[in-house]
Amino acid sequence: MAARIEAKLRAAFAPRHLEIVDESHRHAVPPGAESHFRVVLVSAAFAGLSRIARHRAVYRCLAEELAGPVHALALHTFAPEEWAGEAPPSPPCLGGDKGRAAKAPPEIATATKEEDPR
Amino acid sequence: MDIMEIIKQQIEENPVILYMKGSPEAPQCGFSARAVEALIRCGKRFAYVDVLANPEIRANLPKYANWPTFPQLWVKGELIGGSDIIAEMAQTGELQKLIDEAVPE
Repeated sequence: MAARIEAKLRAAFAPRHLEIVDESHRHAVPPGAESHFRVVLVSAAFAGLSRIARHRAVYRCLAEELAGPVHALALHTFAPEEWAGEAPPSPPCLGGDKGRAAKAPPEIATATKEEDPR
Repeated sequence: MDIMEIIKQQIEENPVILYMKGSPEAPQCGFSARAVEALIRCGKRFAYVDVLANPEIRANLPKYANWPTFPQLWVKGELIGGSDIIAEMAQTGELQKLIDEAVPE
């Protein structure tokens, strides 16, 4: 899967720098699952684009993978002049569905809950 | 009500709304935890929806938003981004400014 992601991103963005790390083993997924990836992508294609536009461009490129086995993509996008040589690390897993499955009620909440500021 | 209508209404009626896995007190995903921590630090009220407890929203919001993953932060009806974008904006101070503008004192 990492190789497939890499091939697609290279074709679409001609990256100056590209890192793809499979972080699936850090998450609550079955052994061997290829579900969580971290991508650091430095490309001239991002110059002048907002963060959301950059992420949307990557999601479009990887739409097929994201609709299938790839569940999480930690995405760090830089134009070449913004790239300082490293991107922040991904956060730890906190359980996901496994942490919560038993408690999930089947009905749909029709109102959102308010959270008090701390 | 249709699920897409429910989503639209939630996004339109709440100036700041976070779709996340788990709750602010007990996030169930590191990405959601990082997003909600950044939002709490802004010190303003915000709405949230736990998508693990709301499977229909979890299944349909990505289509509505054309954004495949969670968390998703929406401010004044606009998708701001996911965990990585929220973290970057928190670091630069842009998030505080955005939230302050969206939520009057």
